[in-house]
Amino acid sequence: MSLNLGVLSIQGDVLENILSLKSALDALDIDGTVTSVKTPDELSKIDGLIIPGGESTTIGQLSMVNGLLKILKEKIEQGMPVLGICAGMILLSKTVQDKVVGKINQPLLNILDIKLERNSFGRQRESFESNISLNSIGIPSFNGIFIRAPSISDVGSNVEILSKFNEKIIAVKKNNVIGVAFHPELTSDISLHKYFVNLTNTLKN
Amino acid sequence: MLPLYGERRDARGIISEKLASIDTLRGSTTLKRGFAHMQKNGVIMDVTNVQQALIAQEAGAVSVMVLDKLPSEVRKAGGVARTASIKIIEEIMDSVTIPVMAKCRIGHVSEALVLQETDVDMIDESEVLTPADELRHIWKWDFTTPFVNGARSLAEALRRIEEGASMIRTKGEPGTGNVAEAITHIKKVNDELRTIKSIYDSGDNQDLVRIAREFKVSYDIVEQTAKLGRLPVVNFAAGGIATPADAAYLMSLGCDGIFVGSGIFNATDAQERANAIVLATTFWNESDKVKEAQKMIDERQSIHGLDVKTLELRMQDRGGLA
Repeated sequence: MSLNLGVLSIQGDVLENILSLKSALDALDIDGTVTSVKTPDELSKIDGLIIPGGESTTIGQLSMVNGLLKILKEKIEQGMPVLGICAGMILLSKTVQDKVVGKINQPLLNILDIKLERNSFGRQRESFESNISLNSIGIPSFNGIFIRAPSISDVGSNVEILSKFNEKIIAVKKNNVIGVAFHPELTSDISLHKYFVNLTNTLKN
Repeated sequence: MLPLYGERRDARGIISEKLASIDTLRGSTTLKRGFAHMQKNGVIMDVTNVQQALIAQEAGAVSVMVLDKLPSEVRKAGGVARTASIKIIEEIMDSVTIPVMAKCRIGHVSEALVLQETDVDMIDESEVLTPADELRHIWKWDFTTPFVNGARSLAEALRRIEEGASMIRTKGEPGTGNVAEAITHIKKVNDELRTIKSIYDSGDNQDLVRIAREFKVSYDIVEQTAKLGRLPVVNFAAGGIATPADAAYLMSLGCDGIFVGSGIFNATDAQERANAIVLATTFWNESDKVKEAQKMIDERQSIHGLDVKTLELRMQDRGGLA
């Protein structure tokens, strides 16, 4: 069966994720399509979804306009694989606060039991690249691109920690849900996208 | 992955350092252009105080741009327009979670350094302010903070990218509430991209050299942009956007996102208008949603607007020859 992959395309870095997913499908020789997802109807046909980086407040608020956020939550809870990148991971989380502003009120999917801090490494001037590893999912070395990135200070039970940078948690997984603080789509390395395609393929078949 | 055409790996703005004994890199082209990518399909709103910044964030803006006066007020006031008060920029940075940008004068290196030290997320080297150096823009590769620049043509856009701009926007005609110039500029850039792409596809390298000379840029950036068929950085619309329909039309012309200057906070229905312009930008290709957005505003409360033909001050011409 052909795999239908999607990238939530309300706002943010959509195109690069679509291209990375297409490359991953090609590299794995898996038959599938990659589409942008903006409406509940488009979401209903999707087997696995990336929520890309962007501004989490914008993506959250605009996903409520057409009821997408609610249906997205249902689909993820029913087992649809999802990869949340940066803003995407923020949306997946249960509790969020900002490093400077503190407590904030923004729409969240409330799925991943993690305690997340927005803008955890500072503002754009402090954005950085560094080599990281995600050993437990077979990616020993990866160029992490951190852009005004969040980090996780604490995880609930059953949330697996995939990677840390300088004691801060930067990648987590719970069953079908993955969250990463860095941007794999901004590099030419498609290993994380390949991992996600494989996960979606396994869960579908 | 990102197109990195034109990047300078020896740039002084790139900082290689250890963070708790781990090697890190800041200010790289990927990080700067990548930041602009996170703004795509979003609305960046001009604000002059905390209250406006909070309204912008609440409406779903992806960033705010801090100015001392809105462009239309700059136009009315005359005199010299400079970068905004640092105290106000800092107050806004402490109040919102979205990125905060600020403008510096064209060619004013020290104003830009001050903004970098203030830790704004992006610097707009902007024709809305009075140019400090009409002949030379800032050499933006020296900065760790990314820059956005205005352009009316592909030549201007590529010149700014070669100087290190990580994002381009149309110039339009700021502070007029008149979207015509922004439309002209994006159409010109699109036409020129189509032209160089067809030259590239034809294999006529000599003609690409001619274009590079005409554009006053390197052959490499012309060739690589021609191959790609679009700018190697994110390209937003700016200058004169006043209504949801304005925003939706510019998105339909291929813009990656929208800057709104005076259009929101010079209107008397700022809050609704901010919401409506974000809605129309997100769902620009769904006409029912754009209509819904347009219905949220009252035309009698729009910025009055100016005819571009009779303007005494054409901000778009500033720095255009360099």
